[in-house]
Amino acid sequence: MPDTFELGGKSFTSRLIMGTGGAPSLSALEDALLASGTQLTTVALRRVTPGTAGSILDLLNTLKIAVLPNTAGCHTAREAVRTARLARDALLTDWVKLEVVADEDTLLPDPVELLDAAQTLVADGFTVLPYTNDDPVLARRLEQAGCAAVMPLGAPIGSGLGIRNPHNLELIVRGAGVPVILDAGIGTASDAALAMELGCSAVLLASAVTRAQEPARMAAAMRHAVTAGRLAHLAGRIPQRFHARASSPGLAESPAF
Amino acid sequence: MEAPETTIPHARPAPARPDAIVVGGGLIGLAVAWRAAQRGLHVALVDPEPGSGASHAAAGMLAPATEAHYGEERLLRLNLASARRYPDFVAELEGVSGTPAGYTARGTLAVAFDSGDRAVLADLAAFHQRLGLDSEPLSGRECRSLEPLLSPDVQSGLHVRGDHQIDNRMLVAALLTALTREHVTVHRERVAELLVEHDVAIGVRLADGRTLHADRVVLAAGCQSTSIPGLPPGALPPIRPVKGQILRLSVPASAVPFLGRAVRGVVRGRQVYLVPREHGELVVGATVEEQGFDTQVTAGGVYELLRAAHGLVPDIGELPLTEVRAGLRPGSPDNAPLLGPTALPGLVAATGHFRNGVLLTPITADAIAECLVSGQMPEDAQGFEPQRFGNEPRRFSKKAALA
Repeated sequence: MPDTFELGGKSFTSRLIMGTGGAPSLSALEDALLASGTQLTTVALRRVTPGTAGSILDLLNTLKIAVLPNTAGCHTAREAVRTARLARDALLTDWVKLEVVADEDTLLPDPVELLDAAQTLVADGFTVLPYTNDDPVLARRLEQAGCAAVMPLGAPIGSGLGIRNPHNLELIVRGAGVPVILDAGIGTASDAALAMELGCSAVLLASAVTRAQEPARMAAAMRHAVTAGRLAHLAGRIPQRFHARASSPGLAESPAF
Repeated sequence: MEAPETTIPHARPAPARPDAIVVGGGLIGLAVAWRAAQRGLHVALVDPEPGSGASHAAAGMLAPATEAHYGEERLLRLNLASARRYPDFVAELEGVSGTPAGYTARGTLAVAFDSGDRAVLADLAAFHQRLGLDSEPLSGRECRSLEPLLSPDVQSGLHVRGDHQIDNRMLVAALLTALTREHVTVHRERVAELLVEHDVAIGVRLADGRTLHADRVVLAAGCQSTSIPGLPPGALPPIRPVKGQILRLSVPASAVPFLGRAVRGVVRGRQVYLVPREHGELVVGATVEEQGFDTQVTAGGVYELLRAAHGLVPDIGELPLTEVRAGLRPGSPDNAPLLGPTALPGLVAATGHFRNGVLLTPITADAIAECLVSGQMPEDAQGFEPQRFGNEPRRFSKKAALA
């Protein structure tokens, strides 16, 4: 049975969601997307104009990768709601990656505006996927508001700092009744694997691939890392021990204790 | 609006049927027409307003090293080859036109603002070293001894003596003058349609109804290259407009010397450049936006540019802001130009130069002129065939068929 990932009533076999920001060229982005195996890719609606021949949306269309519009660049709930509605009209999707940032230097989510916008968009019929802080309480509130997933950050957008508070991420995963998607902060493959080991349902990343020296190769690395982390999570890791324990035991040993 | 056409009443009148028609009178089209005419071809050029698009907006940086990107080493070689041609190209053009083209070989200083930016610049320095490009890492203080108006916040820099500048507007003017000397007919009119007969490009129909026929049509229409009516689907991959907002400030005599060379920086991850001109202009650019054919200037675009530029050189706050505009770069799928014969016989591409149009003007002009005369692309301009994206079905160059 394939290990599928259910999100907003749809089913995905890839657990890697790609962002498109920072790609050196459309050709390089195309190669990276194919290498990543992604089935869902997020695009900033404020940064692209639908209907331009040869644009990024054209590319995603050709590759048959679903487009997840996001509200990057919005600082208030009002802007984010308006941008999501424009995206729905332009791209004929009621899915939105909701992003409301507090300031340009940290790009951290503004929790109050985010929750306000999420409530409005859920009431408006959207499938809302909020980019949120690694705060278990806020994650719970977003789920209660009707979001289809929660997407906590590992570290600030584009920082490549990895998962700075793994414990909070674990708390979010334990408490969530919707998929938890690690969004932002991934720097390299081990970060993505860790997110999956901690129980995330999927990983969303952009810069780690698009700004890598060889984006397609890093995309392949991320694809494998997400798969590896997922398998490790399902397999169940061994307990950590202070002292060594020989892996080729003597005859006497059979029980685990 | 009917502008007078450039014709010379005596000596070698333009024949009714040119050898080549150049569609588009930006720097690329103008230079191709000039070089082709020098090679003895009869050339007609069509553009409602030559030099008014990206060639007018651009900052005129000739910066192969500071524009070097991972995975674009082939483009870098083309950029370097074109940069090497610039001094002779300009000298010849100035000789023919009697007009200065505004070339200055003053070098470029790339600087970093915070520790993250410093890491980006260190990465570029290492890349330069691997590529064998000449660039010298500097401390923040060394940067400021070269450019005392730099903010004390500047942490490090990279001095690239081989990255130069040209005043692109003066270059346009010089090329237009050179075209009259070479008897190129400039039709100041819009192309309404590319004429194709039996799967061969045979000419163009102008907006005023006239038709021009020629053996070869050169497509040099920048970001509009693939939206020209009549262009068969799939003749070349899509060229998309990539918007750039750019500012011009003026440096009053009392503030001279302001900057001695082009300064570019990474400021909190955002790229900005400041290019000083001999005649006291300072060009600050540029945003990179995927907004279709929109050329509106936005508050956010201007704010971002000024914020970053002010971070690097606080004293720009005192300068008059004299111009804000947006231009459209012609973006190809891999950021490199489309040069040479297309899938449509008779149609030659000289487009898709993206951020490097001014820099690539000399080599494009020489290569396309050679292609028109001999049918062959010279070796140093090979590898940029419009059909390089191949016929693999997944490649979205196929998408052009639907566009």
